[in-house]
Amino acid sequence: MTIEVRNLVKKFGSFAALDGVDLKVDNGELLALLGPSGSGKTTLLRIIAGLDWPDSGEVAFNGEDALAQGARERHVGFVFQHYALFRHMTVFENIAFGLRVQPRAIRKDEATIRVRVKELLDLVQLDWLADRYPSQLSGGQRQRIALARALAIEPRILLLDEPFGALDAKVRKELRKWLRSLHHEINVTSIFVTHDQEEALEVANRVVVMDKGKIEQIGSPNDVYESPATAFVHGFIGESIELPVQVEGGLVRLGDRPLTLAADGLAPGASKLFVRRHDMLIGPPGSGAFEGAVQHVRNFGPVQRAEIALLGGETIEIDAPRDKELRAGDTIGLNPRRYRIFAGA
Amino acid sequence: MTMQIADTVSLSPPDAKARAHAAAARNNLRTEPKAVRIVIITLAILFLSVFVVLPLVVVFAQAFSKGIVAYLAALAEPEALSAIRLTLVVAAISVGLNLIFGLVASWAIAKFEFKGKTFLITLIDLPFSVSPVISGLVFVLLFGAQGYFGGWLRDHDIQILFAVPGIALATTFITFPFVARALIPLMQEQGTQEEEAAISLGASGLQTFFRVTLPNIKWGVLYGVLLCNARAMGEFGAVSVVSGHIRGETNTMPLLVEILYNEYQFVAAFAIASLLALLALITLIAKTVLESHLDEGHDARDH
Repeated sequence: MTIEVRNLVKKFGSFAALDGVDLKVDNGELLALLGPSGSGKTTLLRIIAGLDWPDSGEVAFNGEDALAQGARERHVGFVFQHYALFRHMTVFENIAFGLRVQPRAIRKDEATIRVRVKELLDLVQLDWLADRYPSQLSGGQRQRIALARALAIEPRILLLDEPFGALDAKVRKELRKWLRSLHHEINVTSIFVTHDQEEALEVANRVVVMDKGKIEQIGSPNDVYESPATAFVHGFIGESIELPVQVEGGLVRLGDRPLTLAADGLAPGASKLFVRRHDMLIGPPGSGAFEGAVQHVRNFGPVQRAEIALLGGETIEIDAPRDKELRAGDTIGLNPRRYRIFAGA
Repeated sequence: MTMQIADTVSLSPPDAKARAHAAAARNNLRTEPKAVRIVIITLAILFLSVFVVLPLVVVFAQAFSKGIVAYLAALAEPEALSAIRLTLVVAAISVGLNLIFGLVASWAIAKFEFKGKTFLITLIDLPFSVSPVISGLVFVLLFGAQGYFGGWLRDHDIQILFAVPGIALATTFITFPFVARALIPLMQEQGTQEEEAAISLGASGLQTFFRVTLPNIKWGVLYGVLLCNARAMGEFGAVSVVSGHIRGETNTMPLLVEILYNEYQFVAAFAIASLLALLALITLIAKTVLESHLDEGHDARDH
């Protein structure tokens, strides 16, 4: 099943949750919608599911207009952040729900339903919980049951709204791997929403980065990390140093200090310079594009993180290898291994 | 004045004795001295006995003062039977109407956003804030012979005041908020996600309501119905205004109790009253049971 979204607009009062969104999802893809809260990613997911309606725009499944159908007819599996399991039903009945509410003409008999629910419980590796109630399960178990319930109707598309958002870090990491292998197994076109970049980059085939109701970039996890298309993406994904600079006559200036950085093809005016923290190389004073004084140094896992007051009036944090000797009070030169400059303040 | 207070505070630093005392108080935060406890508990029991238990005992004592035969005879009077029948009919009508109304209103309020929602919530509470006598008078103004619809009703030979429809209307109005009030907070807490899940799994609107929404609120519904019923059967003020007190026809149980009492028929009055008291006791027990179920529902959600 392919999904195509064209020029989708959705406003809540004067707030534009979606502001002209175009997106194509290929058959069998596992796509992540990544963005900060309020970026419109959940609204987009709910519109695809039929739980919300756009003000304008189109949604098509396999080329067919999906907006002509209600959520009930779309045959979309939806997994909620807070599970939304039916609290008065056992795990077994929760999973069987989608099969039991089918129109009489196509409803399967009880024996077939039992077999199907059993299969799904095996798939999510929780067959021993069939007779429990949702309140008796842990968060991770509930989310796997919610997934099994969504899969029971053999959905054409699987949509997951922050599926691991309510879980603790360890369970979240386990479930991520599990979701990826599950997707590999069932291979249904899937979209999941997350604000956790690590989750998006680790699980998805493709990542859609959203901000303020617009799509900022669509690409492979590698693309969005290595070549961010916009200032927002560079700032949102991975840890970046962000410096306000001026581009003027082929020169880049930080405050009143010219930097020895190429400004080829850049529009003159206020711009933003982005460098990954670990891409700042340390050298002797006067050797690099930047110069600054080390304020203090902290060991931070495999790296040491140093706060540096740059000449030109900004303070930045860089990650340097642990074997580099850095002490508070040192004056050092800094040269970015890689950097990007985006026009605009 | 302010200066003085400030001085007093600054001039009395906490001395050692006061500090020790505070520490002792902290240790004993949850237990009072034995004497104090006994006094407080005795007072509470005394108060409850005089104001709650004693009246209840008196009702039954009076009802059975001339023996069980007189008691049963009083209840078997045609007037008494008619009052019991009328009370049951009126309660059935108003509870039925308010059950439907309460479900619909709380569903709309809890699960949807629309303009005028706050106004609707206020409106639902209106019967609680208006004196029942005024509520009754409103119906007299509307449907009485001199009322807005009085002429039209007379022309079409429809009797509302001083008849069952009027009593049912007044009672329904008075008991309007009970079901909705019990359900709105419950449904608001539960949110709409389970319904959304049901619909995305292919359930129709009705299937969603009967398989997901209703089972989730069933204890709340019973709770609301119980309180609604108790009030409907016990309502006096509004019903008194619209009933017309036609003996054997438009007297409900509370009205009949008053009439019999005014006629010095104490055994008969208290016999009917004992039925109402019994209803109250049953309601209390049922309410306690339902509340424990409601708590279970809340706990399940919190995990």
